[in-house]
Amino acid sequence: MIPTEGLHKAFESRVRLGIMSALAVNDMLDFNSLKDYLDITDGNLASHIKALEKEKFIGVEKSFVGKKPNTRYFMTSTGKKAFKSHLDALEKFLESNRKH
Amino acid sequence: MKEEKDYIRDITEIRSMMERSSKFRLLSGWAGITAGILALIGAFVAYYILDFNPGEELQISGITPLNSLVVKVLLLATVVLISAIATAFYFSYRKASERGEKIWTPITRRLLTSMFVPMVVGGILIIALLMNGLIGLAAPLTLIFYGLGLFSAGSHTLAEVRFLGLVEIVLGLAATFMVDYSLFIWAVGFGIAHIVYGIYIYIKYEK
Repeated sequence: MIPTEGLHKAFESRVRLGIMSALAVNDMLDFNSLKDYLDITDGNLASHIKALEKEKFIGVEKSFVGKKPNTRYFMTSTGKKAFKSHLDALEKFLESNRKH
Repeated sequence: MKEEKDYIRDITEIRSMMERSSKFRLLSGWAGITAGILALIGAFVAYYILDFNPGEELQISGITPLNSLVVKVLLLATVVLISAIATAFYFSYRKASERGEKIWTPITRRLLTSMFVPMVVGGILIIALLMNGLIGLAAPLTLIFYGLGLFSAGSHTLAEVRFLGLVEIVLGLAATFMVDYSLFIWAVGFGIAHIVYGIYIYIKYEK
């Protein structure tokens, strides 16, 4: 049985799951750090970030380091809730499978 | 639709990403071993070649002017410190390139900040004490502030670092009560403790 309750469609992609996991344990991360952790291209990462932003799971903070623009991402409370219920659903699913 | 094994892989991925992005994992046991050996050499040179004994220095008058011996010992300590930091960086850098990871990440910055805040405070305090002639307390205080640095950095890396920090703090406090033995205790803290820690880390994580 595959559960659907609590599992969020946005987290079906492993990259998005990775972004959320990294932001769960870091207050803020910039684009390049995320890129290093996930080891993917700029375009690929940007599109996944955009999708998560659209769901309002992550927020953006733009600032300047000297003259260079610096974009940092953080997890919103909506994102935290969704991520947590996704993890809970995964846990429940694996637990129920173990019993069978 | 995803299958069970996909979800298991998802969980593995989540766990590894959280670990990777929140803990500095590039510490090498070799850095500890090298630092320990350097410290032992430093203590040996200070005691046997420069004939430095902080207890004696303290007993003669309580206050010692910044004489040439103290300056020599300070220079020696600085050389030991810089070479220990340099080798630690070298081993972390090597580990990073072996794994194809970058060394300069947000977690590295956080680790260094939490390590260096107590250490810089301690360093300035020790300089002030030295300038006031309180030589005897320098060695115990280096242990205490280094220990505090490790203790706070420990939350961003291997748990063993936190424990090593506590060991250094205890040794440092003990040394403040036994200034006569403070060079010896310093050698135990920076030398022996580092080597034991380094071997433990090497066996546990790298072998």
